[in-house]
Amino acid sequence: MAKHYFDPEDLKKFGNIGDWQKPMADKFFAWYGEVMKEGALTEREKSLIALGVAHALQCPYCIDAYTSACLEKGSDEEQMMEAVQVAAAIRAGTTLVYSTQMMNHASKMTM
Amino acid sequence: MSIHQKTKSLSSRHSDLADTFFQLKVLNGRERTDARFPPFGAAIGLAGFPHGRLRPTGIDIFQMNVGKLCNQTCSHCHVDAGPDRKAENMNRETFELCLDVLSRYDISTVDITGGAPEMNPHFRWFVEECTRLGKKVIDRCNLTIIVANPKYHDLPEFFAKNKVEVASSLPHYSALRTDSQRGDGVFEDSIKALKMLNAVGYGQAGTGLNLNLVYNPSGAFLPGNQAALENEFKRQLMRKYEVSFNNLYAITNMPISRFLDYLLESENYESYMQALIDAFNPGAVAGVMCRNTISISYEGYLYDCDFNQMLDLKVSGSGTHLRDFDFEALSTRDIVLNQHCYGCTAGAGSSCGGQVTDN
Repeated sequence: MAKHYFDPEDLKKFGNIGDWQKPMADKFFAWYGEVMKEGALTEREKSLIALGVAHALQCPYCIDAYTSACLEKGSDEEQMMEAVQVAAAIRAGTTLVYSTQMMNHASKMTM
Repeated sequence: MSIHQKTKSLSSRHSDLADTFFQLKVLNGRERTDARFPPFGAAIGLAGFPHGRLRPTGIDIFQMNVGKLCNQTCSHCHVDAGPDRKAENMNRETFELCLDVLSRYDISTVDITGGAPEMNPHFRWFVEECTRLGKKVIDRCNLTIIVANPKYHDLPEFFAKNKVEVASSLPHYSALRTDSQRGDGVFEDSIKALKMLNAVGYGQAGTGLNLNLVYNPSGAFLPGNQAALENEFKRQLMRKYEVSFNNLYAITNMPISRFLDYLLESENYESYMQALIDAFNPGAVAGVMCRNTISISYEGYLYDCDFNQMLDLKVSGSGTHLRDFDFEALSTRDIVLNQHCYGCTAGAGSSCGGQVTDN
């Protein structure tokens, strides 16, 4: 048993989640594949969104997987960093927007 | 802007990998790495080619590598070309042997590559002779050669006059991605050259002058969907530079020569080979370019493809030189295979004309 979390080799085992619950895993992978296919958005655009989400969720597997996917689909470093900046800005914004609650509550409590 | 070379040739570095036999040992896990992968012959056997043997469908493309001399030293170059490779250039006698074969057989296309083929002193004469024979000529142009020296500035007009199809390398529509593979300043010069080609009608509707871009990944990853990449390249090059082109060919980097050196140095070799094998597409085998191409070296030797040429894997059979060109025997030869061939069968497949399947 590995003595550390997040071994990059484990990413290759993702498909094995079906070993212990196949019907649900099959549904998940079918849905996942459908979502990531070209639709109104291109696969390249979807990969950039996924890269941003991967950073927001701080998932090392997803960061590796979608860095590769973004490069394969033709994105460059500037576009990839902008996708991460968007994720970071939204994360920061969600923290800051809560401050309106703080301000409301503080205003109510203070003279 | 002048180009800042990305690297030096393996040859000038006296690298072990300058020896083609050493490269084959690496690919078979006997040097530098002990990583061994299933033999390519076994893979195509499973794909429905009995005994793992691959044979040609004909000879439609006469691909000539006219020399290793180049004004660039790209980090992925499978030819190990560069400004220092002055000795390896096709001479007039070998060009004449090529013309003799081309005049005798119904081979429709002459595909000229290098190095920078335009630097060969016999290049223009040879193109004109091929045009006279009614052959379709493709020039694999690195673009920057057009602006490298005043004597090459009129290449776009020369190409147009001879209706040469231009296949130009451009790994990305961003300067960073392009220059990281090909050298600082290459992107800027490439855009200048593309504008010069556009100005004489290349890549413009209705002219019949085809300008195709060759995309190959600038790193240890596989190319994505060719049509999607083409759309994005067209959109970005027009938006940013008002440059247009006809088709984009997505080509997979073969794990040989300087790209093999890069893979080993960056510790990406095993994962890259595994990615090629994981992406093995049985449906791509039938369309690989070695099945309708014969590749000729600057010395006049015959190979199944430009990659086999760079590994010095000559065609099977007794006639391995232009002097002994036997159309019938070559049309039924067994194609020489090795582990690098996984590069042409990964994903949608890869050839000098881009992907070989519809994904």
